[in-house]
Amino acid sequence: MSLVRDILTVLSVTAGAFFFLAGTVGLLRFPDTLTRLHALTKADNLGLGLVVLGLALQTSSGPAVLKLAVVWLLALFSGATVAQLIAQRARDDRLRE
Amino acid sequence: MTIGLLLDFFLVILALAAGWWTIGAKDSFGAAVAFVAYGLVLALIWVRIAAPDVALTEAAIGSGLTGGMLIAASTRLESARQATRAGSVTRRLAIALSALVAAAPALAVLGLPDPPPSLATAAMAALPSTGLGNPVTGVLLAYRAVDTLLEKVVLILALLGTWSLAPDRLWGGLPGRKERRNAASPLTLLGQVLPPIGIVIGLHILWVGADEPGGAFQGGTILAAMGMLAVMAGLVDVPATSRRWLRLLVVAGPGLFLIVGLAGFVIAGGFLAYPAGFAKPLILVVEVVLTLSVAAILLLLLAGPPEREPPR
Repeated sequence: MSLVRDILTVLSVTAGAFFFLAGTVGLLRFPDTLTRLHALTKADNLGLGLVVLGLALQTSSGPAVLKLAVVWLLALFSGATVAQLIAQRARDDRLRE
Repeated sequence: MTIGLLLDFFLVILALAAGWWTIGAKDSFGAAVAFVAYGLVLALIWVRIAAPDVALTEAAIGSGLTGGMLIAASTRLESARQATRAGSVTRRLAIALSALVAAAPALAVLGLPDPPPSLATAAMAALPSTGLGNPVTGVLLAYRAVDTLLEKVVLILALLGTWSLAPDRLWGGLPGRKERRNAASPLTLLGQVLPPIGIVIGLHILWVGADEPGGAFQGGTILAAMGMLAVMAGLVDVPATSRRWLRLLVVAGPGLFLIVGLAGFVIAGGFLAYPAGFAKPLILVVEVVLTLSVAAILLLLLAGPPEREPPR
């Protein structure tokens, strides 16, 4: 049972790390603010979610799983808000030009 | 073990790169952003050397709060058109001084005998008499309480220094500009939803500080950040700095700490000594009031000197 759990953790965290890598490559290579944001939010949301999922499999304590989930949800929420704020600013700057 | 070593190596390279980026950044805003990243890498390094209390403080204050202040300062300088890149001589001097500051403790650490002298066993042995479970909180509020007390007094002095930057007619006025509230802005949503969660987390970190990593400073910083978020979203305004209750809140924590410390002379035979059996409750009360004071002071430090006329 613990072997299955370990394998699932490795798969999940690796997949999460892949999304972070893809998001970082997008951040570096995409041409403008909006597309870069698009790449970044995928990394934050999916990447962190998969890492959290993988870590949650390693603990049997309920509060620890809950804390991990809260970390992910808070990152989702603030990430989404900040992405909106940056996108608004980028749009305003573009309209002003 | 080798994977851990590889990770440490990678973190050190990352910290050095972030430090270099901070000094070499083209403008002050870039340098402030780099400084925040540097602080987060440092926090990870503290976690790696099993110092989660320091890591929390570094992330909250070293990176978050100081970063916020530096970014605010750099936008202010830019809007005043005073932002100029420091000359190459100044820059070189800054690099040399930074290296010197880093080299001195590095030399001290490398010069330690093996095994290095340590008070860890003594600290752990006396911990039960304080009723605490976290040795770091024991050091901060029992063994070396005087350091913590002075640290809080320094915070008040820093706030007085910030307020003193205001011209005479604005003394006691409201800090910063009034932020406009915009119901359609995502910031409004964040400012409404996050503070209730953040307040719970801040109080949780204060509460667990007795037995686990956390405490007054980290909890207070989170509370201050939540307040700042509501201010930035225009949901609430910073109170006028002349308000009596606000000033009382600022000095309440250090003041109570000082009173408890002086009472120690009478009831426990020494400055900042706790009577046997009452250490834990006293520490808890001091920590709760300190947290509120720290939150108020940090929020006011972030808000800056008064820029609007005091209310009549």
